[in-house]
Amino acid sequence: MSEPAPSVATPEQERAQERSDDPEPDAEPTAEPVTTGAQSVIRALENVGVEYAFGVQGGAIMPVYDALYDSDIRHVTMAHEQGASHAADAYGIVSGEPGICLATSGPGATNLVTGLADADMDSDPVVALTGQVPTEMVGNDAFQETDTTGVTTPITKANTFSSDPDTVGDDVGEAFALANTGRPGPTLVDLPKDVTLDDTEHEPGEARVPDTYDVQERADPEVVRAAARRIESADRPLFLLGGGVIKGDASAECREFATDHEIPVATTMPAIGAFPEDHELSMEMAGMHGTGYANMAITHCDTLIAVGTRFDDRLTGGIETFAPDAEVIHVDIDPAEISKNIHAEYPLVGDAATVVDQLSAEVEESPRAKKWRAQCQQWKSEYPMAYDTPEDEPVKPQFVVEAVDEATSDRAIVTTGVGQHQMWACQYWTYTEPRTWVSSHGLGTMGYGFPAAIGARLAAEDDQEVICVEGDGSFLMTMQELAVAVRENLDITVVVLNNEYIGMVRQWQDAFFEGRHSASEYGWCPEFDKLAEAFGARGFRIDDYDEVADTVEAALDYDGPSVIDAHVDPQANVYPMVPSGGDNGQFALTEDQL
Amino acid sequence: MTQGLEGPRPEERPRPEGRRNAQGIRIDPEVEAEPAVRRTVISALVTHEPGVLSDVSGLFSRRQFNIESLTVGPTEDEERARITLVIEEHEPGIEQAKKQLRKLVPVISVRELEPDAMRRELMLIKVSATRPDRVAAVTEMYDGKTVDATPETATIQVTGSRQKVEAAVEAFSQFGIREISRTGTTALARGDDRTAAREESPVEYEADGTPTTPQTTHSDDD
Repeated sequence: MSEPAPSVATPEQERAQERSDDPEPDAEPTAEPVTTGAQSVIRALENVGVEYAFGVQGGAIMPVYDALYDSDIRHVTMAHEQGASHAADAYGIVSGEPGICLATSGPGATNLVTGLADADMDSDPVVALTGQVPTEMVGNDAFQETDTTGVTTPITKANTFSSDPDTVGDDVGEAFALANTGRPGPTLVDLPKDVTLDDTEHEPGEARVPDTYDVQERADPEVVRAAARRIESADRPLFLLGGGVIKGDASAECREFATDHEIPVATTMPAIGAFPEDHELSMEMAGMHGTGYANMAITHCDTLIAVGTRFDDRLTGGIETFAPDAEVIHVDIDPAEISKNIHAEYPLVGDAATVVDQLSAEVEESPRAKKWRAQCQQWKSEYPMAYDTPEDEPVKPQFVVEAVDEATSDRAIVTTGVGQHQMWACQYWTYTEPRTWVSSHGLGTMGYGFPAAIGARLAAEDDQEVICVEGDGSFLMTMQELAVAVRENLDITVVVLNNEYIGMVRQWQDAFFEGRHSASEYGWCPEFDKLAEAFGARGFRIDDYDEVADTVEAALDYDGPSVIDAHVDPQANVYPMVPSGGDNGQFALTEDQL
Repeated sequence: MTQGLEGPRPEERPRPEGRRNAQGIRIDPEVEAEPAVRRTVISALVTHEPGVLSDVSGLFSRRQFNIESLTVGPTEDEERARITLVIEEHEPGIEQAKKQLRKLVPVISVRELEPDAMRRELMLIKVSATRPDRVAAVTEMYDGKTVDATPETATIQVTGSRQKVEAAVEAFSQFGIREISRTGTTALARGDDRTAAREESPVEYEADGTPTTPQTTHSDDD
């Protein structure tokens, strides 16, 4: 699991080459013919334009790495396969193209599992290629053997055990196509070592989904017409944008529709950035830690235009009290999401951008909802996301988040782990662009943020800052990837909101377990700034309000990985809060309201 | 502690009048009723390849669909297999099971069969043969066939609907049942009606709303 990585050009050389005006056209015309299964695997990746792969070497995957040695695909050797899976996931979110991760058999493959489950829950396009013991040893409990397709079946969109060197390249092409066709998701190809070592002259064909897989692009026009009439006659219409709006590149269509007809817009967490949060119509994020005004709007709307959301329980709270007065227009590319959790009166199966355009063309007059819009504005002023900054208390985490937002551009990318810091990064950063919010939503994977920042950095434009907001507990789970960021000299700024607690658990213990802090209190943390320096990154520390602005500026100015260890108020809590299964309209603003 | 936000307290806020049931359907709270559970047969045509059966059974177990039997076997086309499932769910659960099944990549088509579809099951039942004449009478009564007989045991094959097979078990129990093996239900639609079959592409519409392909749904339920 720890063979040396194939050498790659330094990031500087790479970028210099990308910038040069006449780069060598792709090697295609002069490409050597394929001679082995492994070369066919790499050729399949080259054919679909893969630029980066994230992974860790090891016995059973060595033939694939050997073929990669001659490829222009840039491989990033990660410290741990979990890091590879999250980096690939974030690469997929930011670029819109599947992220590739590689691992060997056995522990390599099982270490990918968390990242694949994460991608599956969030419908992120990821392709995992795993080594496997030689075919004749499969089933004999060989060294580093795991039933990888068996383990990953419930957490992948599709997976396959590749058994023939002549078709292994096509299997990889199919996995790539499936990962990003229709509803995206992770796919996996298991590659036995004999199959990748064996001779083949078969060049992989065009990457395509199997014949049995089909996707409906346009929704039933009759239902579109009925939904349009409903929107026209709505008194209290509300858009609810889900992650499918980002995946389906439908942000522009949704924005146009909502602003043309002056319909307020709430989002789910994965849809952050789909609609500009500084827009008057924006109600921002709804759900468990959504804004009070978003949850009031959802609770009282009479027409909910939901696009690309699966009505997760963190959004809906108790089903019984979710948008209980609303007729639901549900747009989704996956028919199985329609009426799974919330019944849709107007089921619209299809691609988000296409169906929103269909609706747009059909709606002739805007709903007469002036009073409703005024009500939404009133909720905004009644439930402000304000917080105090008393000088005699430790720095508030919300203040740090806002300071970094202010110091960065609108297109800065934010990645996070999972916990309180993630919620503050949702609530106190103002997102205006799609694909700038990169987080673990459905699976809630602590430790997602930093490896994700590596993938995001490589997918982002040079002028986009990449900020990783982490918690102390979450960062500790995957911070070994700092070694990778330093080796590759990736410009990432980590902001650790350090409260020396598993903060969200501590908050729940205070609210629901009589303040008994079982296994949530560290009381001690490593000094993250010094740890960063030990890795070769730049380390900073914040203890007081007057250090915040300068420290953030210095960390952002540093061209390479840096870590700010921000010591924040350990007692700060995330509000508003709808307790699990609660009524969205009855969100708590303080602990005594829970 | 001074943590928290400003704003009207929960009890000061207006509350909507509506309500949904556990299936997410808006209801009149006065007449709330649990949706009725029914047993139904779902047939799926799948690519005949390794792993399909575990894909399907894994799907049903992890999504907690209430499954009574699952059978799989080859079809007229050697590249296709047919999976027949008997499930017991409320209406939204049946819809969800069909859609989730259809999502699996190796699944070609899915259909819920009409109540009048032909459903058959095969049972092998081994009983003590202390009263061979009585065993023979019961066998005849259920159109069974004796497939093995020893001085101590008789093994009878019974085919038919689930109800008939269950009635036969009841009737044979008087002799002392040694062992039973049942196949679970397999089924086909009647007459020209197609069981889950190779289907056309999903419905596509021109910009003016005309379907470009014949109108069949994902679940092929017409």
